[in-house]
Amino acid sequence: MQLAAIKETLKANLLVGEDKLAMNIEAGAGGDLMSDLLRRPMNGVVVLSGLNTLQVIRTAVITGVAALVLVRGKEPDPEMVAEARLHGLPVLSTPFTMFTACGRLFSQGLRGIDQKLSE
Amino acid sequence: MPILSKRFSIKARDYLRAGEVAIEVKGILKKIGLDAELIRRVSICAYEAEINVVLHGGDGTLHLFVDPSAIGMVVRDNGPGIENIELAMKEGYSTATEEAREMGFGAGMGLPNIKKNSDGLKIDSEKGMGTLLAISFDLKEE
Repeated sequence: MQLAAIKETLKANLLVGEDKLAMNIEAGAGGDLMSDLLRRPMNGVVVLSGLNTLQVIRTAVITGVAALVLVRGKEPDPEMVAEARLHGLPVLSTPFTMFTACGRLFSQGLRGIDQKLSE
Repeated sequence: MPILSKRFSIKARDYLRAGEVAIEVKGILKKIGLDAELIRRVSICAYEAEINVVLHGGDGTLHLFVDPSAIGMVVRDNGPGIENIELAMKEGYSTATEEAREMGFGAGMGLPNIKKNSDGLKIDSEKGMGTLLAISFDLKEE
């Protein structure tokens, strides 16, 4: 699924990553616990999170997350935006809750990282 | 002789900067041109160790070594030390503060995750004596 389709499905604002809308996203994951995100390879994965801190950006950069979506309409502060830009991490903000956002992506065919791992 | 040896300092309770060292380590390893999966494992260990120092430690340092056969990281802090290392290695065991949990950390996965992602982990710590982690990664000949 292309990042542009994720943006549309989630009615999201794109805050960083104008140049990456054609990027292919292979799977999705959701979580507010950085420890959980750090336990699995995240290449090609879009991560949905309700945690709106600099640490979520750094965790995403460290684990190789392809794109980050903040749920419940959370907007990153300028420091988060600058950090994401510096590392080329696309960041979106969706008005939907975590459950609804994940469900909308799933119903469009995007699958979780557990399925990606079991292949 | 190591082909690279670099020391970084880590400030306790400096939540805003937590993770900067690990990101710098990742950048250095990328420049050397190491395998992406290995870089991911080293970066995750650097990040977990750095966060541990920020959350629990006094100030500390991370020393990165790269030589043709291995990557090593020695992470030291002069914090309160680990009272029970066996317990600290258990998934889910945590002594983190509420502040740490609000940032998504403190789930008790840090040390277990370092063990999982490295080829060797040694912990030297005592209550009141600070903590030293020695983390190693083998570089396999392809």
